[in-house]
Amino acid sequence: MSRKKDRPQKAGSSEKSSLTRRDFLKGAGVTVSGSMLVGSTIASAASPGPEAGFVGPGPVPVTLRVNGKVHKLNLEPRVTLLDALRDRLNITGSKKVCDRATCGACTVMMDRKPVYACTVLAIEAEGHNITTIEGLAADGKLTPVMEAFVKHDAQQCGFCTPGFVMACTAYLERDHNPTEEEISKNLGGNICRCGTYRGVRHAVLEAAGMKGGANGNM
Amino acid sequence: MATCKYDWPAAGHRELIGKSIERIDGPEKSSGRAKYTYDTNPPGRLIAKTCSCPYAHAKITSLDTSAAQKLPGVKAVLVVHPVGDEIQWAGDEVVVVAATTEEIAEDAVRLIKVEYEQLPHLVREEDLKKAEAAGRTKEGGESTTGDPAKAFADPDSVLSEGFYGLPVITHCCLESHGSVTMWTDPKTLKTWVSTQNVSGGPGQFGQGLRFKKVDVEDNNIETICQYIGGGFGSKFSPDRWGIEAAMLSKMAGGAPVRLMLDRNIEMEMAGARPSAYAKVRVAAKKDGTLTAWDSDSWGTGGPGPAGHPPLPYVIEPPNRHWKHTAVLTNIGEARAWRAPNHPQACLITMGALDDLADKLQMDPIEFLKKNVNLAPPILRRAYSEELVKAAEMADWKKNWHPRGDKTPGHIKRGVGVSLHTWGGRGHNSNCNIIIRPDGSATVQLGSQDLGTGTRTVIAITVAETLGLPVDAIKVEIGDSKFPYDGASGGSTTVGGVSNSTRRGAVDALDELFAAVAPSLGVQPADLEAWNGKIQVKGDASKSLTWKQACAKLGVKTIQTLGKNPGPCHLGDSGVGGVQIADVSVDTETGQVKINRIIAAQDCGLIIDMKTAESQVYGALIMGVCYSLFEQKVMDETLGVMLNPNMEFYKLATIGDIGEFVVHMMTGPGYDERGVIGLGEPPVISPGAAIANAVTNAIGVRVPTLPLTPDKVLAALEKGEKA
Ligand code: FES
Ligand code: FES
Repeated sequence: MSRKKDRPQKAGSSEKSSLTRRDFLKGAGVTVSGSMLVGSTIASAASPGPEAGFVGPGPVPVTLRVNGKVHKLNLEPRVTLLDALRDRLNITGSKKVCDRATCGACTVMMDRKPVYACTVLAIEAEGHNITTIEGLAADGKLTPVMEAFVKHDAQQCGFCTPGFVMACTAYLERDHNPTEEEISKNLGGNICRCGTYRGVRHAVLEAAGMKGGANGNM
Repeated sequence: MATCKYDWPAAGHRELIGKSIERIDGPEKSSGRAKYTYDTNPPGRLIAKTCSCPYAHAKITSLDTSAAQKLPGVKAVLVVHPVGDEIQWAGDEVVVVAATTEEIAEDAVRLIKVEYEQLPHLVREEDLKKAEAAGRTKEGGESTTGDPAKAFADPDSVLSEGFYGLPVITHCCLESHGSVTMWTDPKTLKTWVSTQNVSGGPGQFGQGLRFKKVDVEDNNIETICQYIGGGFGSKFSPDRWGIEAAMLSKMAGGAPVRLMLDRNIEMEMAGARPSAYAKVRVAAKKDGTLTAWDSDSWGTGGPGPAGHPPLPYVIEPPNRHWKHTAVLTNIGEARAWRAPNHPQACLITMGALDDLADKLQMDPIEFLKKNVNLAPPILRRAYSEELVKAAEMADWKKNWHPRGDKTPGHIKRGVGVSLHTWGGRGHNSNCNIIIRPDGSATVQLGSQDLGTGTRTVIAITVAETLGLPVDAIKVEIGDSKFPYDGASGGSTTVGGVSNSTRRGAVDALDELFAAVAPSLGVQPADLEAWNGKIQVKGDASKSLTWKQACAKLGVKTIQTLGKNPGPCHLGDSGVGGVQIADVSVDTETGQVKINRIIAAQDCGLIIDMKTAESQVYGALIMGVCYSLFEQKVMDETLGVMLNPNMEFYKLATIGDIGEFVVHMMTGPGYDERGVIGLGEPPVISPGAAIANAVTNAIGVRVPTLPLTPDKVLAALEKGEKA
């Protein structure tokens, strides 16, 4: 799938760079420092692929398969997967927090691999199986990871929790036998402001079938 | 034995209170079903964006929104600051736009042309002289007790002088600030708002709107907040942008408008914890008895004064003098940040006392024990016990050493101690307790659960009183249509809601007893609710199940109103707490690693041990964040925040936090005080405990937080210890 994000005024421009972050434009309009910082992020994060073609800038048909269900949408190519899920499909489990690949609150799975939905364009997600947190507990029953989060109180305000549950679920699918150190490494891409990390550690160990121990001190 | 009607059950008669019980909304949160303000998508919902000022201080000289107005999809454009207005901080919204999609709203914002005349600004305050020269300071108070000059002059005393400080930090709530607001008819406003003050919403929106000449009655305003993604003191009102959302909605024919601040704007202007810097002198007798304190402190909380740190903190020598200066800066307004002014006062005081203990060649814990009688009388016992308990858990005797870890190698280990206090008396609270003939029990109040476990505490209190399991209680909060409950700030919620619901539930039970007593052939006063039954006291064979008992109501429903404040001693104010940090510092890289933090904390009678402990763990982790990483970095040349995002505004991640040992003080001496709040106290000490531990490890003090590698290395270079 080709990628192109730009504002409508630049339609048809032949510039080479294929920006992946809507924030580049957003940030540039707001503060000088904002645009500098975002600019540097982009420079390291996105190199234009030679195959990059162009769609848009107007709405284009996009088909998304989310939690096994097919949704047909008409979206501008710059719309992120996160915004498509939350604002168009009202699937709001994944949260928008930093909107630039720092906090993990928007984590979903694409073909069972965790991705930051704020950093994937909806059009890039076409043809992939998207799983959101709603798709994990589709029958209303909590998954073992969710149960472990409840048991070890790995949540306070809960705003980071769906992202953490997704990241933990994906991680435990890759690694069934994690050590505390590996947990720290592999869940370092999710931020919690309320300070639930201790509970998360115990929850991951518990969900992996190991003894996290509610009263154990790690 | 209960002596007053509403008293908490005695220790042997508590089925639920004090146990470790899972939060009742845990499954909703961990499954992603919990709906936050940001998740609210009523049909036809528009999205609003702000056109924000890029300068710290500027005057608007021209403004043209015509192109934005014409963009297809734009439904409303509201000028917040007209030409001529002066802007006091970068990020302030000049125009807000509502459109059918976020993309269109962003495009519209780009089409708005604003010209500014830049005015002189001040955004940094570390250099007090510079601020004074710029005329940007204001007296922040001064007070003298005893005779400090004489005490300092005493030739027999030991003196210590030092400089301590911590910068402005932000709240960075993961759910940004804002609302989804709509007019369901031209007179009726409905708003989902990310707020710590659900019951206050109608009054706040009404006042804000009438000020803007929008006619509305508070009666016709409903505010809703079922779940909130963090507040920490920054979300007590709908803010200007809440009022703006309501106005945009009005302009768009009542359509729901979502106005959530973008992250960069949230960090620039939606909350700053005031900084504090202080030059301190402190003196003690040779035996360690504190005699005198003198501090000259300053800090900024944005364009207006923001209070002052209460110095000296907790331990008050008989002779003392403090003076505070407010620096007025263009950085966005200060907001309460969990335990306002206490972490600042704590770092400054506990740092200074730690330095004095070193001068005295005393173990800092012995030094604090020696001076604990200078703390408020109500806290002395708690501190004495907590110092012993924390020292024991930290293996202090083994791990403490005089300053500078003398073991070979570049990893130096140290421990540091701090203590803190907070009030935490329960706020005004009203609740409905409803018992229906089918046995259902509901409690309603206009409170909010910030993630502290408010729902759970309410359920436990009512369940305990009615003799039912926790899941038999339906808890309805988060809506202003329920009875008025105070804002959640200053650790006042748990006291407020537990006390009002206890009183309401006791009264409701009395009514049930009256309905049931005849069929058991006893007086209502002979009955008790226990274990799902209404039974005769001392004769459990005479009983009805809860359902049978409620059926005796016929078609009548019991509804009582519980209030706080009210009769009987159910809560109190004033808690202590002691924390010890154990750290390792790499003297080659300057990196600080948290090994462990130990906390001994009291808060009266604990309703739910699990969520209480979570409050402490969370506070310790937040403490690690502001001790090691957080700072609102302002650029004096540009006047803007250089890190208004989450990759450069650093928060700890799961690998940065170390281990925690938490001990809640309970039992005699604590339980009978009743319920006292816990949200603020444990977040106060980590900065001081960690800073003192780093000093103990490397032998020199890093004067200001955050304790970043560059500052650690600079302190080492200057002091050459370790
Ligand atoms: S919102 Fe996507 S990583 Fe933060
Ligand atoms: S639980 Fe509040 S941000 Fe993690």
